Amino acid sequence: MMASLHNALFQLALPEIILVVTALLVLSLDLLVLGKRSLRVRAGIATTLASAGCVIAIVRIVTAAHTANVLDGMLIANPLTQLVQVALLVMAILTLCIAVDSTFTEHVGEFMLIVLLATAGMMFLVASRDVLVIFVALELVSLSLYILTGFDKRSPRSAESALKYFLFGGMSAGFLLYGFSLLYGFSNSTNLARIAQSVQGAPLNPLLVIAMVTTVIGFAFKVAAAPLHFWAPDAYEGAPLPSAAFIASSSKVASFFIFYQVMTLGFAGVEGTAWPHSTAGWVPMLALVAVISMVLGNVAALAQSSVRRLLAYSAIGHAGYMLLAIVSHSGQSLSALIYYVITYGITTLGAFAVVGVVQESTGGDKLDDFSGLSRRSPVLAASLFIFMLSLAGIPPLAGFFGKFYLFLSVLGSAPRPLGLIWLVALALAMSAVSLYYYLQVLKRVYVAAPVEDDGKMEVPWLRQFVIVLLAAATVLFGAAPHLLLKWILLAAGQ
Amino acid sequence: MVAWTIYISFLGAVALLLMPKGNAALARTVALLTALAGFALALTAFAQQRTGEMLTVTRVPWIPSLGIQYHLAADGISLSLVLLTGVIAVAGILFSWNIALRTNEFFAFYLLLIGAVYGVFLSYDLFLLFVFYEIVIIPKYFLIAIWGSTRREYGAMKLALYSFVGSAMVLVGLIAAFVVAGAKSMALGDLAGYAFPLHFQMWAFPLVFVGFAILAGLWPFHTWAPTGHVAAPTAASMLLAGVVMKLGAYGCLRVAMTLFPLGLMPWGFHVLGMGSWRDVFAVLAVIGIVYGAMVALVQRDFKFVIGYSSVSHMGFILLGLMTLNQIGLSGAVLQMVSHGILAGLMFAVVGRMVYDRTHTRDLNALGGFNLSRTIPFAAFAFVVAGMGSMGLPGFSGFVAELMIVIGAWRAFPLLAIVVGVGIVVGVAYIWRAMQKAFFAEPGSAVAHEPLAPISIPEKLGAGILIVASVAVGLYPQMLLKIVVPALNSPLFDGLRKGNWQ
Repeated sequence: MMASLHNALFQLALPEIILVVTALLVLSLDLLVLGKRSLRVRAGIATTLASAGCVIAIVRIVTAAHTANVLDGMLIANPLTQLVQVALLVMAILTLCIAVDSTFTEHVGEFMLIVLLATAGMMFLVASRDVLVIFVALELVSLSLYILTGFDKRSPRSAESALKYFLFGGMSAGFLLYGFSLLYGFSNSTNLARIAQSVQGAPLNPLLVIAMVTTVIGFAFKVAAAPLHFWAPDAYEGAPLPSAAFIASSSKVASFFIFYQVMTLGFAGVEGTAWPHSTAGWVPMLALVAVISMVLGNVAALAQSSVRRLLAYSAIGHAGYMLLAIVSHSGQSLSALIYYVITYGITTLGAFAVVGVVQESTGGDKLDDFSGLSRRSPVLAASLFIFMLSLAGIPPLAGFFGKFYLFLSVLGSAPRPLGLIWLVALALAMSAVSLYYYLQVLKRVYVAAPVEDDGKMEVPWLRQFVIVLLAAATVLFGAAPHLLLKWILLAAGQ
Repeated sequence: MVAWTIYISFLGAVALLLMPKGNAALARTVALLTALAGFALALTAFAQQRTGEMLTVTRVPWIPSLGIQYHLAADGISLSLVLLTGVIAVAGILFSWNIALRTNEFFAFYLLLIGAVYGVFLSYDLFLLFVFYEIVIIPKYFLIAIWGSTRREYGAMKLALYSFVGSAMVLVGLIAAFVVAGAKSMALGDLAGYAFPLHFQMWAFPLVFVGFAILAGLWPFHTWAPTGHVAAPTAASMLLAGVVMKLGAYGCLRVAMTLFPLGLMPWGFHVLGMGSWRDVFAVLAVIGIVYGAMVALVQRDFKFVIGYSSVSHMGFILLGLMTLNQIGLSGAVLQMVSHGILAGLMFAVVGRMVYDRTHTRDLNALGGFNLSRTIPFAAFAFVVAGMGSMGLPGFSGFVAELMIVIGAWRAFPLLAIVVGVGIVVGVAYIWRAMQKAFFAEPGSAVAHEPLAPISIPEKLGAGILIVASVAVGLYPQMLLKIVVPALNSPLFDGLRKGNWQ
């Protein structure tokens, strides 16, 4: 009995185990064997090895059994979690490729180790339906991300933002754990479905409300939704670039997926409804958070002069849009959320990669540092053009279809079609606002002349390749959304 | 075949971006050939269209899970506007012959814009239509921000944001319609055939109509138009006034009015004498006609005169749509074509022939150049365009505006009288601008550098536009024979069942 259970657990957790083993291998190889070599060689070997580990993990996920459930939801597998896990691994590889020739640290092995551990944490996170495992996985992810944020030891900003991130994060983790403990008190179980069973019967008592609020606080912090967003602009700006890109993409994907699952599975039966015809529950609460995020993120982004901070505030706005999927919580909105967050991750990763190259060349990420980019590097400029317009939601790019499909699912969600039209109208109004600041960046790139003529920009080939690949994916998933959507719908069983 | 107008423009744009920089002549030639090919395709399709009915061009599944198709189709209305786009595209490139700054990029953005405009006119699936409609925004922004003049970045941003807000309104309406119909199809015919509840149409119609009408320069949402036109380089002003504003009017007719015809029904009560959205928009259109003309009358900047005249003329189109009778509606379509040609010609004269030579657009200063002597061809072209714009018989403007006024007379007699005032003022501001810019007595003889003579491409471009205007003016039947059947097609059943006369 135990043996077969262990075996099942091993089988199911194999991709994560592969990642952890790879991480340790990379670390020991880097410290023990390659210690004396140049930074370039070490980074190259470490990246190759780490990427190979990710690829093996992907292969394992694709070939593994499509549904499994160990220990009553402690760890599960279904096509949807596998799809998200593959997306996370692909983004991890791309993040590693962006990091390969950066110079912010000499601790290459440690950096790779932490990225891989964070990825393993995210994979556990999306594959669990048990609040205890969810919490532990979330902490693994968070702690890794705090370290990644502070990885540039020479930069005081990096340390400052890491500390800020850590303090806020620790507090929100406390809230989350408190909420989870209350849920356990209700239901005598840590399984989401069982929690829902006991929550459903009970009326909304004060303790349940507290559990609900603290859970939302914990996750809203992770997805950088207002009013729990204060860490985001600092972390996006202060962290070393690959870390910032990783926080903005992979961590978003995993957090949103599990946020959706916890709210819809664990709090099933106490949804309530949003305004108008409002009744108490978590839906009106999330609708409020979504509204604040959309408005605050998009309006605050207007005033930014640092492109990284601009991307941070835009991320808050996008978190607001994505929360609408949880507010409407229909089957279709889960597919829409996954499509949105994956394409958003790809686009943001690309945007950060471009910012990184520009920052290395000009020494800053202010708007003016982007002046004349179209003449200094047409390829980078064209890629940034695609990323920014996709974030703004201009067709035929992925961001447009993401928004279209998301808003469609929000409006179409039963029981009252069009009930949430005010939220959609607000979201679209805010995306019109967002066009202004995305165009501010593109204006520098295409309209303004270079501040001083620096000539052509040196772009490392691997990064250029990754950037072009991401731009191509953004166009492809936008012009032919079915390429991605078909897998999501298949996995979701629709 | 006609679908290739879209692809060939996009391919031309890509080719221009990939070509080596620095060879402006080559870039111009490639752009011109691309535009000519598009025009030839448009003309062929136009000549082949006999009945005016909707014919499917391309239809392949695109996003099957939502029932969205890549569905292009053309009827008489679309083909008339596709042809207009072809004419303006060719003329615009001829008037951009002197662009020396980043020539490749200029024409790439230009062709991208043209391709998307073709796409909007040919789309049958509303998702596809919306995709093309939004693609238009971006090249517009860069054409103005990079190559424009007076307050170009402000004008470009204002234009982009107005367009984007308008399209956001349209998107809300389209998604809502898709959800309410629950029909797993975004095809125009399917959605137009669905009987949406009255209360839904009552709010969806104004939302979508205004969303499109922002781009058509509906008063009081017109303020982007004069600033945008003035800031834009000549070719971009021509495209803006010539075809982009028509996209808005086309969307009003093709999408808002066919999907939500009941939105035009009376409310059952009256506010300020207006009893339905139809009355509201008709009044706004007439205010636009008179207001645009009045403001054009007092401008000092030559380009602002034309910019406000566009607002005035676009008011005629929207009024024509609101008459809901056959003569008014077909007049509106005719006016779309006519104003596209004439506004293109006027912006070409003011922006390219005059401003690029004199470097001023101040009407008082222009008198000193004695333009009717130094560049007589510009004076000739402007007089022709002005006569067309005033509505002199023989030019396209006359037929179009006459039909609209007749339609308006039947639908809103009182408003038709006010329109008369607008027409009179319209004669006055053209007369004033013409007199001050071209035929003023040169007072104190100021010494100027001799002006460069009008070049061959300019003459060619102006010639094309003049011929087009006169052809439509003398033989409007050429367009009407396919526009009228298109308006009588089942697609517009909803409108006809209302109060079609």
